[in-house]
Amino acid sequence: METAFTPLQSLGGGVLIGLAAVLSMALLGRIMGATGVMAGFFSPTGLIDWSWRAALIAGMVSAPLVIFALTGSRPDIAVPVSSSALLIGGFIVGLGVTYGSGCTSGHGVCGMARFSPRSIVATQVFMVACFATVFIIRHVVGG
Amino acid sequence: MIRLLASYCVGLIFGVGIIISGMANPAKVLNFFDIAGFWDPSLAFVMGGALLTTALGYRFVLKWRAPAFESAFSLPTRKNIDTSLVAGSATFGVGWGISGFCPGAAIPALGMMRIEVFLFMGALIAGILTARLLQRARADLAAAN
Repeated sequence: METAFTPLQSLGGGVLIGLAAVLSMALLGRIMGATGVMAGFFSPTGLIDWSWRAALIAGMVSAPLVIFALTGSRPDIAVPVSSSALLIGGFIVGLGVTYGSGCTSGHGVCGMARFSPRSIVATQVFMVACFATVFIIRHVVGG
Repeated sequence: MIRLLASYCVGLIFGVGIIISGMANPAKVLNFFDIAGFWDPSLAFVMGGALLTTALGYRFVLKWRAPAFESAFSLPTRKNIDTSLVAGSATFGVGWGISGFCPGAAIPALGMMRIEVFLFMGALIAGILTARLLQRARADLAAAN
């Protein structure tokens, strides 16, 4: 399935992601990483620790609704993979980000922005692994 | 209360950025990684914009004595590059390539109320909890020896 190249929208969205990361550090003193936020959400150290994570996740989940309210158009996505790919992929992502201590937001944006050697290695590894996986699925197995 | 409001706003701005950028759209994400197919380089602009903004902002903010609503910054302290980091990240990359979703993209996509996102999130949470159990079991085993 072809998708349109959207450099301006993607750049603008990226700047907003960065702005959220900076605000998270400036206001809460924390890395804006989805893996880290979720890890503490499912095994919190106390109500205070849990509540800010819940509020942050609520903000994330409400984003499509807020975009709809502001623009009148409903954001939508296309999912070109099967249900079993979503289930298997999701489980594998859960294992990987827990052992790897982060994902695209935590390592790829926040960690890289701090020039953390761990995050630079992690980001290179998951990007290469993802390129290889998509190549194998689409051009080796899928043909 | 102000902390919760700040957290909500951070999550909302992040989520809006994720949706506008196309990060939450698996068709776009997978096409970015498919250089040999319908390559869509948009995601490079997402990463570029996010990374540049964050690096510039951090340079300024991390000079402060403390964040606005907490007594100190909580930054990751580990420095060692170990097997867990590399193997975990490689595993994550494989799962990302299979599904087209990463965690930070799937959470805002939940708000679109699509069954595909719920399937991914359910499996993601199961994976996180399984890894936690395995990590704990291994730590207990190490402590017992």
